Amino acid sequence: MPAVTAFLPDFRNTPQIDHVGVEERAARFTKRSIKTESKVEGLKLALNMIDLTTLEGKDTDGKVKQLCYKAMHLHDAYPGLPTVAAICVYPSMVAVAKKALQGSNVKVAAVATAFPSGQASRDVKLRDTKFAIDQGADEIDMVISRGKFLQGEYNFVFDEIAAIKEACGNARLKVILETGELVTYDNVRRASEIAMYAGADFIKTSTGKIQPAATMPVTLVMLEAIRDFYYRTGKKIAMKPAGGISKAKAALHYLVMVQETLGTDWLSNEWFRFGASSLANDVLMQLEKERTGVYQAANYFSID
Amino acid sequence: MTERIDVLKTYKLYIGGQFPRTESGRYYAVKNANGKLIANMCLASRKDFRDAVVAARSAFSGWSGKSAFNRSQILYRIAEMMESRRTQLIDELLLLGYKSVDANNEVSAAIDRMVYYAGWCDKYQQVFSSVNPVASPHFNFSVPEPTGVVAIVASQQSALIGLVSAIAPVIAGGNTCVVLAAEQLPLSAISFAEIIHSSDVPAGVVNILTGKVSELLKYFADHMDVNAVVTYQLTNQEMQLVKEKSALNVKRVVEYNAISWLDDTAQSPYFITDVQEIKTTWHPIETVAAGKSGY
Repeated sequence: MPAVTAFLPDFRNTPQIDHVGVEERAARFTKRSIKTESKVEGLKLALNMIDLTTLEGKDTDGKVKQLCYKAMHLHDAYPGLPTVAAICVYPSMVAVAKKALQGSNVKVAAVATAFPSGQASRDVKLRDTKFAIDQGADEIDMVISRGKFLQGEYNFVFDEIAAIKEACGNARLKVILETGELVTYDNVRRASEIAMYAGADFIKTSTGKIQPAATMPVTLVMLEAIRDFYYRTGKKIAMKPAGGISKAKAALHYLVMVQETLGTDWLSNEWFRFGASSLANDVLMQLEKERTGVYQAANYFSID
Repeated sequence: MTERIDVLKTYKLYIGGQFPRTESGRYYAVKNANGKLIANMCLASRKDFRDAVVAARSAFSGWSGKSAFNRSQILYRIAEMMESRRTQLIDELLLLGYKSVDANNEVSAAIDRMVYYAGWCDKYQQVFSSVNPVASPHFNFSVPEPTGVVAIVASQQSALIGLVSAIAPVIAGGNTCVVLAAEQLPLSAISFAEIIHSSDVPAGVVNILTGKVSELLKYFADHMDVNAVVTYQLTNQEMQLVKEKSALNVKRVVEYNAISWLDDTAQSPYFITDVQEIKTTWHPIETVAAGKSGY
């Protein structure tokens, strides 16, 4: 029944993930030699792919405004730097961020659906999402119900994502799998397929609240799911690893992995993002190191 | 019975509480006075130095935040560990061509020096702090605080005592450090790293590299995350480089020249205060009427 499989994930066609193979392959991406000029371009690209994030109980209007200013003025001493892709905040902060970012191309992403646990009723999640959209969010980061997923209630997870997607309207939907709670790579692969078929625009690894967050092997599994989905349906899905990527070098490794798994079509902030907060400063420090030839210190960069 | 093969020690770097090989994969040969090969040492690169600075920076808040008394205990512990490895330290000096009596004296002096600075850990603050007379209603006082990450170019002429005398006052004052050991006398430096490693000194407080001054000096001086450079017996030309590069982030530059290591003049609390910053606090006195000029 090919007509059905085009709209629903068919786990009979899902490859079993070779645990050892995936980790070996992911480790291989860290061994590429990147020459200075490419490195500088790669670092600027990485900077432009960052979703600068603050998701804390103690977030205030002031903190969000400060972060928005940083998003637009990463390091004014360095001429010609790009901005980050988006600011990622709780729904209650969307209006503040939207106002602060007026006139820039930086988008506002909101985590909705009872982030980070996702343990709330469907009704609450939908209203959470609609609230964020009404406040002006350009993108919604939702979490899947991991408990239901692990119980095997895949239909529940699928329907929930589809419902949120509908509530999003034109906003792009990022679906957080929270891979740190999914236990196996096979589960990650399955959850990726469910999310993509249910209407996700992005699939995202983690909330950043659970360890381990984004790792290279887990991201590779998701990138391969995106690739297979693209071959099957012709639809491009974007990817966002989040949490735990705080070094410029790691960001470059991820870019190599994207390039070698999905190709250059995915190398823009429309199709790939980093969910991070401290990554931006490390990338800036490396860029300044390349520009001045001198190792940098955190003291000379803005607080994040 | 088959003949036993000696298990020789591989001398590696000491960075962040670990003993990695150099990132660069380069080595250099150390020979004794008779030209006999003693060991292959890691030839540290600027990236090893960078990693060491990262380790030192992350260790700084923990080390400087420890109570002075606790730092004192840890320095004394280093001395204890040195004493227990006395024979190893002496053997390595003999290997380098020291006379037995000189080796003995140097090791003893090094241990005593560590004890000396262990004693100063919780005393220099009182000696060098002051309450200052001011002509306004303020309680005004000055206290020394650690400078931060200190890069040390140890004496090229001394194997052990020079190294110990360079490190001890820096860490006694709550700083963390990255040390470049003497290029041709590096064995004791790595053994000293092992001693540090087993003395409750937190990882990253002391980092020891082996390599060439000519290669690394520039990076010691221009790294923006280094707060002070301490040098021993460098040439005028080398010092000019250090001073020029240090201006980038206004590093404190401390230059020592002729030092007779075994002498009492090689130890003093002033070696501690050379890498301290004096912080002065103006504390308003509540009842203005009580504020007379002077303290």
